[in-house]
Parts: sequence; structure tokens; C-alpha cells
Amino acid sequence: MYAQLVETGVKHVKSLEQMSEQERAFQEKIDREIKIEAKNWMPEAYRQTLIRQISQHAHSEIVGMLPEGNWVTRAPTLKRKLQLMAKIQDEAGHGLYLYSAMETLGADRDEEVAKLHSGQAKYSSIFNYPTLNWADMGAVGWLVDGAAIVNQVVLQRTSYGPYSRAMVRICKEESFHQRQGYEILLTMMREGNQAQKDMVQDAINRFWWPALMMFGPSDEHSPNSAQSMAWKIKRQSNDELRQRFIDQTIPQLELLGCTCPDPDLAWNAERGHYDFGEIRWEEFYEVLKGNGPCNQERLATRRQAIEDGAWVRAAAVAHARKKTNKNAA
Amino acid sequence: MTVQSDLIPYLLRLGDSALIQGQRLCQWCGRAPALEEELALMNVGLDLVGQARNWLDYAAELLDDGRDADRLAFHRDERAYRNLLLVEQPNGDFAVTMLKQFLYDAWHLQVLKGLGQSRDERIAGIAAKAVKEATYHLRRSAEWVERLGDGTEESHQRMLDAIPLLWRFTVELSSPDDGENRLHQARLIPDPAAVAAAWQAQVAETFANATLPVPAAASYFYLDARRGLHSEHLGILLAHMQSLPRAYPDATW
Repeated sequence: MYAQLVETGVKHVKSLEQMSEQERAFQEKIDREIKIEAKNWMPEAYRQTLIRQISQHAHSEIVGMLPEGNWVTRAPTLKRKLQLMAKIQDEAGHGLYLYSAMETLGADRDEEVAKLHSGQAKYSSIFNYPTLNWADMGAVGWLVDGAAIVNQVVLQRTSYGPYSRAMVRICKEESFHQRQGYEILLTMMREGNQAQKDMVQDAINRFWWPALMMFGPSDEHSPNSAQSMAWKIKRQSNDELRQRFIDQTIPQLELLGCTCPDPDLAWNAERGHYDFGEIRWEEFYEVLKGNGPCNQERLATRRQAIEDGAWVRAAAVAHARKKTNKNAA
Repeated sequence: MTVQSDLIPYLLRLGDSALIQGQRLCQWCGRAPALEEELALMNVGLDLVGQARNWLDYAAELLDDGRDADRLAFHRDERAYRNLLLVEQPNGDFAVTMLKQFLYDAWHLQVLKGLGQSRDERIAGIAAKAVKEATYHLRRSAEWVERLGDGTEESHQRMLDAIPLLWRFTVELSSPDDGENRLHQARLIPDPAAVAAAWQAQVAETFANATLPVPAAASYFYLDARRGLHSEHLGILLAHMQSLPRAYPDATW
């Protein structure tokens, strides 16, 4: 998920009886699956939660360009280079959609980006992991976009209309990226040499657990979930989505002929699901706090881009003003 | 001299130039001054690498020595690369990048328009598709040259600084060799002199709007990409771009 830990600022979910008349009308609308639109009344906490979640999602798209930007200059064929460039371009576009959706809630894009740069706002933990070989471009497409899709498919039904519609558009492109990522790995496994096959397994070993962490803390440690679920911002719990992702991904892993870096992974016929090992939650919380392998580099690159570009943006503004004045004269 | 022996280096020049310009744009990924520019820079780069593939495919067919477009892109050294010197220059700041893009686009669009009339259907077909993309590229880069040239004092100064860095390489845009003149006579490519004149007119117009001075025409100097005499920047760019295919020359990706 691209927004894996979003504070709601709400400790207890209110019952209908505890709500004001306005709040109750809002909740009943939610319960009847009527989408909330920008001009509708909404509880302030709902608005703020969505701003946090959508901005986190948007920031993830933007920071997520960096691990791929690391390999777009070194893609091994023209076809692969073109695919990766198209993907990066889509991601910038997704960032734009999401910032627009966020702005319908009255938030300001530049202010939210400033929060990202000061470390106040988060982005998906996954983009704090380094891309170390070409197979990582396949693994990121397959596992990371795959995890994002599992989450985003559900978010197409999220209660806030503009967010839900952004998800519909984004999911179409993400599915395409995921298939391309998988195809990169499949080609390396089926037609590649031993060094290439080793790269694929290595990439899976490094990205498997971080991809599972994208779904956020386990349900028992997810204090914000109850309110997000009641508001139908979230439609399914972290653990449910994570389980779905694992169940659908393991057969794809087997088709590749690769192994899963989880000794506890096993099919559980009784549950009809895969059992899997414990996630390294300490690592997850450290990465979220800013102590992951690339947190500093990622933020430094983004800050630098915006700082270095200040004169360009100032020039664009100045030129636009001159043109307006000229037209008025 | 056969037409073919003139055509191959010409196709390489088109393909290599588009590829190297695309590679330079890839280096901006995640570092652009605004999100809209991330999108636009990658979009333009994507168009150019796509065009490069088309030209290199055709060059490979004519070469007919077992190499394909990827082999040409990833297994040729700098002495065998034929791209314009202009496009291999470092990105510098956004002013250098956009001026470089504009100087290239203004030339590129004229070339592609002419190639759309080529007697060679394959060339005409590739150019017809590319001309739509290059039209958009030029519109965008010319607008940026104007915005930066006629923006703030700082942006104006940065454009003034960018001009001498790049201008000397424009000599290649208006100095056809014998091969190109023969290709023109065979009605395979447009008249290089007409392309150069149209390029100059475009530069004059855009620079005037941008309140920038047009320098005197660049004059010949030692470097000459047609003979594989590049600046020192290309070798490093290729070392980076080609590292994976060079390390695993027989791999399928």
C-alpha cells in the first residue's frame, strides 16, 4: 500500500448515538455507500485523515520514481528502457492526479510537499530500499506494484469520490506495469544465464519482506484502522490485504521457478490460505521513522530538486506575469 | 560510393542523436524543478528513444552484419557513435538542458519534415510519426527558452551563460558533408542548406522573444562527430548506459 500508516487522530469510533446530527447524516451516507464529494460536509478528522492518506500516496508516487531512475539510464535494451521511461512517466502522472484529488479537500500541494521534505509527512516505506541490480526493476514492478494494486483495487470503492476515481484511473496503468515487471523476471529466468537467474532470486530475496510491509502494521497494532474502516476510507484490513497478496503471488513465484525467502511459508489447506512467517516489525518501524537504507538519500534528492528548481519556477511566474501585462496593455 | 554507404551513417546520426538526447533526459528523473516537468522530460525522452530504435533498426537492416538496434546502441564505442556533439553535452542546470533541447528540436523538426518527403518509404514512414512528436518537443522547449530568457534577472543570466556552452556545437547543424549532399541529390533526405536556414530562422525568432542575443554563426573546430571525434562527455555516458549489456554480452533481457 502506498499509504501504510495514516493517523486518524481518533481514539474511539463514535456510535451513531454519540454523533451530532450532522455527523450522523454523514455516517448514514457512508453506510449507504453514497460517495462523499468535495463540497459535502464532512467531519474535520475525516478531511484531515484523507489529506494525510492521499498526500502520502502522492508522495510515494514521486519518491518512487527515484529507485527506478537509478536504472533507467542503465536499462539493458532499448525496449526495456522505453518501458521503464513510460512507467516513470505514469508515476509522475499518478502523483499529479493524487495531488489534485488531495487539493479538493482544501489542502495545498506545495505545503504538503514541504511537509514531506521536512520529514513530517510520510511516503511508502518500500522506496527506502535500494535498487541494486537490473532484476530489481522487475521485482519492483511485480511485487511492489502488485502490492499497490491489491490495495488500490479496494480503494476504488473508498468513500471519498475524488480519491476513488483517481484509483480507477491509476489501477489500469499499475496493472500494466505489474505485468511488465513480471515479464522482465520471466525473461531472465527462462532465457537468461545463471548470473541473470541469480539476480532475479536476489531481487526477490531483498524485496519480498519490504513488499509485505507495504500493507502496514498487523491489525492488532493498527489503532487507526477502526475509524478508517468506519468511514470506509479503508475497505479491508491490513492483514486481509496482505494475505490476499501472498495467496495470489506465490503461484506466480512458483511459475518463475524462484523461492520465497520465508522458511515458514506453507499452504494451509484448512484455512485455504498460505501461512507465512513473522514480519520484522522492528525494521518496518525503523524505516518509517526515517532509519531505513535510503531514507536520507531519497529525501535529500527530492529536497535538492525543489531547491535547485526554485529559480525556474520563479522565472515561469515572472514570465507569465509579463505576458498578462502585455495582453492587458 | 553507393547510396547505402551514405545512408547508414546518416541513419546512425539520426538514431544516435535521439538516443543520447533521450539518455540525457533520463538523468533528470526525480530531479526536475516541478512535477509537471518530470512528466514532460520523461515524455520527450521516451519519444526520442522510440525514434532512435526505429532509425537503428533500419540502419541494422542495411548493415546486415548480424547486429540489431540493441547491438548498435549498446556495443559501439564512442569512436563509432555518430550523434550530434550538441546532445552529448552535460545537462547542467535547467537553462542548459532546455536550451540544448531547443537547439536540437529546432533542427530535428526541420529534418523530420524533410524526411517525411523522402523517396525511401521506410524513412518517410518513420519521419511522419516522429514529426508529430518533434512538433510538440519544439513547442515546449521554445516556450521554456522564452520563459527563462524573459523571466527573472537570474533566469535571463543563466540563459546567457548557457549560450556559449552550447553554441559552438551548432556548427554541426549547418555543415553537411559530401554524403549528405549526395543523399539529398538522391532525394532521400532534405536539402541540408534549407534545413540550416529554417533552423536559423527559428532560433532568431525564439531568441528575440526570449530577449536573448543570437551569436554569430559557429565555426568549424577540431571535433567532428561524423568522424567519431566526440567531446569527452560521450565516453562516460556510454560507459554508464552500456554497462549491463557489456558485462553480459550474450544475455537476453
